[in-house]
Amino acid sequence: MEPAKIESVQKELDRLAKQDVFIHLETTNGAYATHNDESFFSSGAYIRNAKIQYEHGKITGPSPFRVGLKMDIGWVYAEGITHYEVDEKGRLLLAGHDFQGKLAVALEIGTTPFE
Amino acid sequence: MEKERQLLVVFPHPDDEAFGVSGTIASHVKNGTPVTYACLTLGEMGRNMGNPPFCNRESLPKIRKQELQDAANAIGIQDLRMLGYRDKTVEFEDPEKLIQHMGSIIEEVKPSLIISFYPGYSVHPDHDATGAAVVEAVKRMPKQERPKLNLVAFAKNCIDELGEPNIVNNVKATVSQKIAAIKAHKSQTQLMVANVEEKLKQKDPDMVAWLENERFWSYEIKD
Repeated sequence: MEPAKIESVQKELDRLAKQDVFIHLETTNGAYATHNDESFFSSGAYIRNAKIQYEHGKITGPSPFRVGLKMDIGWVYAEGITHYEVDEKGRLLLAGHDFQGKLAVALEIGTTPFE
Repeated sequence: MEKERQLLVVFPHPDDEAFGVSGTIASHVKNGTPVTYACLTLGEMGRNMGNPPFCNRESLPKIRKQELQDAANAIGIQDLRMLGYRDKTVEFEDPEKLIQHMGSIIEEVKPSLIISFYPGYSVHPDHDATGAAVVEAVKRMPKQERPKLNLVAFAKNCIDELGEPNIVNNVKATVSQKIAAIKAHKSQTQLMVANVEEKLKQKDPDMVAWLENERFWSYEIKD
């Protein structure tokens, strides 16, 4: 992955708009957060292979960036995005890594389901 | 360490075997005991991607699969099975399906000893769910056929509620293999390995004790 750039990510969001796509969306603080610090409230959410269509998507910043996808009757968004990659299957992988390099949020969009 | 006829190790994540039990596994292998390691997931939800990131959410499982294979080789495990569950979803599986899956592996491998997690005292929901399924599968076996259960626990309340672990294996003789297994999981351990090695070089007594002693609670099934 490389540091996210508005122009590059925006181009990919435009490419994947207005068609059926599969998304992976997660936020995580790790399963050991409360074990390591009892005052920490552990939370997270995870969706894999939700099939959606979005009318338009947008990345805004500065880094860490926010990415929102506007759907016919709803929204998808993620914040804290620091890195991006288009993988060998043409899927847009967006991730936010914390200060230690640990993944904290991911939003991935592809035209085929994730394995 | 008592000689076992057959050892079965059941954990949900690649690297679960490395820290707490790889010295014990390597000792059994050295004793000539065949070992089967059933690993439920590929640790797909790991958070260490490197800094700068050298992998991503989609490539991580492929990397961890290879690391698991390398760690198994380092400690001499011949029969490594990857069961195809997904990280952080084990507790949401149909429990009956999971128990039967564990039961079918136990029936096939016929272990004299099983090493897994202590349900309720193993912090990660996948650990607890895996341990619970293994314990239940053993409980359903006829009494005289049941293997021994040596379970790993590390919740903050485990000593208070379970007492001190009644099995402590000194694994000094296989510690180099243990370190190799920990290092094999480099996507997950590279941050800590440098620190561990530095402390070992200085013969830090806590680090040496942590590395050379592996702790288990033997689990008695109450019918």
